[in-house]
Amino acid sequence: MDSQFILPFVDSVTNVFETMLQLEVQVGTPSIKPPDAKSHDVSGIIGMSGDVEGTVVLGFPNNTAERAVAVFTGMEITADHEDFADAVGELVNMVSGGAKAKFTNRKVSITCPSVIVGSHHTVTGRKDVVTIHIPVDCDLGAFSVDVSIRDAAAAEAAA
Amino acid sequence: MKVLLVDDSKTMRNIQRGILTQLGYEQIEEAVDGEDALVKVKAFGPELILLDWNMPNMDGITFIREYRGSGAKIPVIMVTTEAEKSRVVEAIKAGVNNYVVKPFTPNVLGERIQETLSRMAA
Repeated sequence: MDSQFILPFVDSVTNVFETMLQLEVQVGTPSIKPPDAKSHDVSGIIGMSGDVEGTVVLGFPNNTAERAVAVFTGMEITADHEDFADAVGELVNMVSGGAKAKFTNRKVSITCPSVIVGSHHTVTGRKDVVTIHIPVDCDLGAFSVDVSIRDAAAAEAAA
Repeated sequence: MKVLLVDDSKTMRNIQRGILTQLGYEQIEEAVDGEDALVKVKAFGPELILLDWNMPNMDGITFIREYRGSGAKIPVIMVTTEAEKSRVVEAIKAGVNNYVVKPFTPNVLGERIQETLSRMAA
């Protein structure tokens, strides 16, 4: 996958956490997600369509997600609280929206977010699209942004 | 001043409500999508609307077109993750008065509100 579609996610996740949670994050080296990658306890998922299509997953261990939601909302709520998924969904919404704004000359729409809460689940994207795993660390713990998107505009032009 | 918050995310409504309360706005009503907002504008009579773009049932851009189509002149600020210039232009053409990109700081939201109200009063 072209780095022009990965760097915007690095910038966006940094911006979202610094602006909304006043939290500095350290972004590790993005890599192709291996099949035996660590599972998530909480996943916020956004679909992209248009000139770029696929999915973006913000994946957390349970403790990190609960801490992030507490800082974001100002409320100590556990993963089974009705407002927890809404907060995680808004985080992935902002990360994806901020990234897509930096896709050059591409018109992209994003879906409303979906959130999965459940220990040790995995989220699988399209088989024909490589998933890039972006590790992120901060004072609340480690989490990740998994980007599984393709340049549909370029693929169509090449066909 | 009466403010209507339109956002499908309760988290974002709570955050914006907190900022508005700190800024001294006390009469705040909430709507969860464009359809709900069309009902609430009639019942609540807002003097300012903060409007999300991506929402289920009726999105913000459809709401603003219908709302302006009815002749309403109340100031509307789009508060959204849609940050592309083309989107901003589309929203302004549809009738929003100002634009705030998520994520935002309380200061940015406060400034845009003041800027919008000052422009409307001029």
